[in-house]
Amino acid sequence: MTGMRHLLGITGLDRPAIECYLDDAAAFWEVLGRDIPKVPALRGRTVVTLFLEDSTRTRLSFETAARRLSADTMSFQARGSSVAKGESLLDTVRTIEALGVDALVVRHPAAGAPHRIAGWVDAAVVNGGDGRHEHPTQALLDCFTLRRHLGTGLDGCRIGIIGDVAHSRVARSGVRAFSALGAEVTLIAPPTLLPERVETWPARVTHDLDAELAELDVAYVLRVQRERDAARRLPPLHEYYARYGLTEARAARMKPHAVVMHPGPMIRGLEVATTVADGPRSLVRDQVRAGVAVRMAVLFRLLGSPAGGDDA
Amino acid sequence: MAGSRPTEPQPEAAPGGGRFAFRARVFDADALRRATIRIAHEIVERNRGATDVVLVGLPRRGPEIARRIAAAIRSFEGVEVPVGTLDVTMHRDDLALRPVRPLGPTRLPTDVGGRVVVLVDDVLFTGRTVRAALDALGTFGRPRAVQLAVLVDRGHRELPIRADFVGKNLPTKRVEDVRVRLTDTDGVAEDVVELWAPSDVDTAAAGGAGP
Repeated sequence: MTGMRHLLGITGLDRPAIECYLDDAAAFWEVLGRDIPKVPALRGRTVVTLFLEDSTRTRLSFETAARRLSADTMSFQARGSSVAKGESLLDTVRTIEALGVDALVVRHPAAGAPHRIAGWVDAAVVNGGDGRHEHPTQALLDCFTLRRHLGTGLDGCRIGIIGDVAHSRVARSGVRAFSALGAEVTLIAPPTLLPERVETWPARVTHDLDAELAELDVAYVLRVQRERDAARRLPPLHEYYARYGLTEARAARMKPHAVVMHPGPMIRGLEVATTVADGPRSLVRDQVRAGVAVRMAVLFRLLGSPAGGDDA
Repeated sequence: MAGSRPTEPQPEAAPGGGRFAFRARVFDADALRRATIRIAHEIVERNRGATDVVLVGLPRRGPEIARRIAAAIRSFEGVEVPVGTLDVTMHRDDLALRPVRPLGPTRLPTDVGGRVVVLVDDVLFTGRTVRAALDALGTFGRPRAVQLAVLVDRGHRELPIRADFVGKNLPTKRVEDVRVRLTDTDGVAEDVVELWAPSDVDTAAAGGAGP
């Protein structure tokens, strides 16, 4: 990988670039298992999380990753900040950069915001989720979780992404990453929850979960994003659960070794039954720990070498 | 750049520009084998046996050398010494000065607390890798003692670090390059250790005193 200054999306990453992140993440996964799960690799560097949209787990995961690498962290949130007082994004970013920052992790409700910010600053920019666009570290951690679980690559693995695809940056990044690694992806959603131009995605599309269940190696359940549903495209919730909820009965019909994943936060009883989310098929907890390892790999690769450094 | 050595040593591009030329053979396969076995004997002698010893190789070539030392100890002492791998990239203090290497695996075969850990590497130079290894080791536990075994000590230390077991002390110039190539790690037909020098710095070397 050369000239990698920012991580703005899975788009633009080819298979070797993705695998490079996953290989490094494996090394950091090992670090997380040590008596002292901390390395000095980014000592003296500063990572700022700039989250202009509510998030707890992603921000905590990035900050944990930065601290495990011995970087200093600062956190900037929209609520109670200068943004709430009307400051422009450009001014906010310039102010933060003036504090002396090596990496900015950006979450923003508008698609493309991290790309804009990357054009304004010298710091490395990591997209922590922008609108409905991309969430690259989520896709990488999902790939890492699956690769670890399968013990092999994802080639030929059948992944069903179930639910609110339209609003989902997780799905957008995930489909690209999974398919780049050779998985066969199927989007399973009601017509109203599919995005426009979905036919251009590297995935098959179906509306019938029950017909697909027995074929899947992975059921990747998306969160139903009621807060983004301005257009009221969601069916009534009980109806949604009846057709697209991953119930115990449905989980029982999956292949013996098939697994269930969810990016969180989960809405139990709407997307997935509690017994399934906590059951033996669930990789949800693995995903959380993988998130720290993968984000360590990303920060390490963007900050751990001279600017614009190549691999020796 | 780890590639196969040309059969007829030719000047080749150096990492910082300029060219490197073959200067001298430090070890051939037989000499390297004997040095490895001697180091194995010294480790056992120093520690009055090998029961508490753990060999920990530093990538890229340390793990393979550690395996060879362990095999030697097994053959003459009948003791199976655990062998591990410790990637120290994340613990280096010169990360900002050099390109990031892909991270290697770290696998310690046993709890290092209370054991004698022998760090194994191919070449001892500035000592910074060993310092990083000592730091890294500390995140796993507290060994009773840490010792250091290297195939070649080429001098130019930047830290107060020395080796306990040395295959060969080799005076070098700082700009020279000690190249270790092992069958298992470098895909060469025979193990070899060579000294290469920038051809524009020391023109005498360009004369090509072949092996």
